[in-house]
Amino acid sequence: MIAIIDYGVGNLFSVEKAFSQYTDDVMVTDDRSLIEKADKLVLPGVGDFGACMDNFQASGLCPAVMDRIAAGTPLFGICVGLQILFEGSEESPDAKGLGVFKGKVRKIHAPGLKVPHMGWNSVEFAQDGLPFFEGLPANPFFYFVHSYHAVPDDESIIAATVEYGEQLTAAVYKDNVMATQFHPEKSGDVGLMVIKNFIDWKCD
Amino acid sequence: MYTKRIIPCLDVKNGRVVKGTNFVGLRDAGDPVELAHRYDVERCDELIFLDITASNEQRDTIVQVARDCASKVFIPFTIGGGIRTTEDMRKMLKAGADKISLNTAAVKNPDIIKQGADIFGRQCIVLAVDARKAGEDKWEVYVNGGRTPTGIDVLDWVKRGTELGAGEILLTSMDADGTKDGYDIPLTRAVSEAVDVPVIASGGAGKLEHFYDVLSQGKADAVLAASVFHYGQFTVRQVKDYLKSRGIEVRL
Repeated sequence: MIAIIDYGVGNLFSVEKAFSQYTDDVMVTDDRSLIEKADKLVLPGVGDFGACMDNFQASGLCPAVMDRIAAGTPLFGICVGLQILFEGSEESPDAKGLGVFKGKVRKIHAPGLKVPHMGWNSVEFAQDGLPFFEGLPANPFFYFVHSYHAVPDDESIIAATVEYGEQLTAAVYKDNVMATQFHPEKSGDVGLMVIKNFIDWKCD
Repeated sequence: MYTKRIIPCLDVKNGRVVKGTNFVGLRDAGDPVELAHRYDVERCDELIFLDITASNEQRDTIVQVARDCASKVFIPFTIGGGIRTTEDMRKMLKAGADKISLNTAAVKNPDIIKQGADIFGRQCIVLAVDARKAGEDKWEVYVNGGRTPTGIDVLDWVKRGTELGAGEILLTSMDADGTKDGYDIPLTRAVSEAVDVPVIASGGAGKLEHFYDVLSQGKADAVLAASVFHYGQFTVRQVKDYLKSRGIEVRL
């Protein structure tokens, strides 16, 4: 079963429906026992980094999710769900991130361009043969809405980048954790392919 | 590369698309989701559903449209029309809409922009403005579907709206709307230069050049069109191919 973690931020309806295109075995849940036994986890997130972390901590689900990540359960972070995997963000200097990845989330610096970076942009794969980008065309377009971007200490975890005034992290991947800054559930057919690839992902 | 967006607009009444369409092969031209899917296949970048339902009893039909669309079409979409409170907004967003647009309600009660942006984030809040020329480089805001002048200056209003938290402007030129003579370039350019959020130009599309003109000279970030798409004059794909040939980046 794939559990989409509901910790009280944003609308998870579209995410759930996107997964439902390929599997019946998906649910949006805030039930810790389901998260403890799910085969795969999806960590969404929208809005403010600090508010997301506050909600996640208050939900009581954080320790269970961290345990599952440490135990090797595949996890897919989406948008701010990618950002909170890092140690902190310029958006909310007092908030502590999950620290699954070393590095900070920084404000987009794009002189002459509008922030948030909102709309369709093409990404560049940073590595070949990534399981969740399988079958995608080169430089596919995804839908982005964000004002901050993750800057990993270890650049080898960057799976894809996107150009917007500067080069931004579009996706990260290490071991059993993958995450995208873009919204696969709003990125048409290529976004659905990423979701399908995560569902099919054999992570060892 | 970052792209300009092409956005078809569907008028919806009691859960059904009004204004006939000339699409070949549609089973039901009034089904919002079937049309949305069709536009998605043509590679539109977003969709806007404008609810023109008159009676309050039928108001929730648009929520069902949002839910159906979000279940089957996986691109961003906006719901506008009749949204007055943050509770209305919550319903739409919960049903899978990505953004909501405010028009008359925002003029009557500008604070609703701020309330919506504070709760849901400014990226969710689109300020829709119906503008009519009022003099040299001056335009006036109209409300109630363009029937009622407000005396408010368009440039003042979009600046105030974005300060309050609007994340995008949907700008309709009432002078150009329905003419097919092209988008209102001076208006669009003036608004684009007045605010630091994306501007969607609306009203007047009739030829392929019109899309190019408003995205280049008009400095718009996105273009909305209804009838040229609904009546099959152009496909979204044709517009995008044309723009690409003129050097404008689009998602093909």
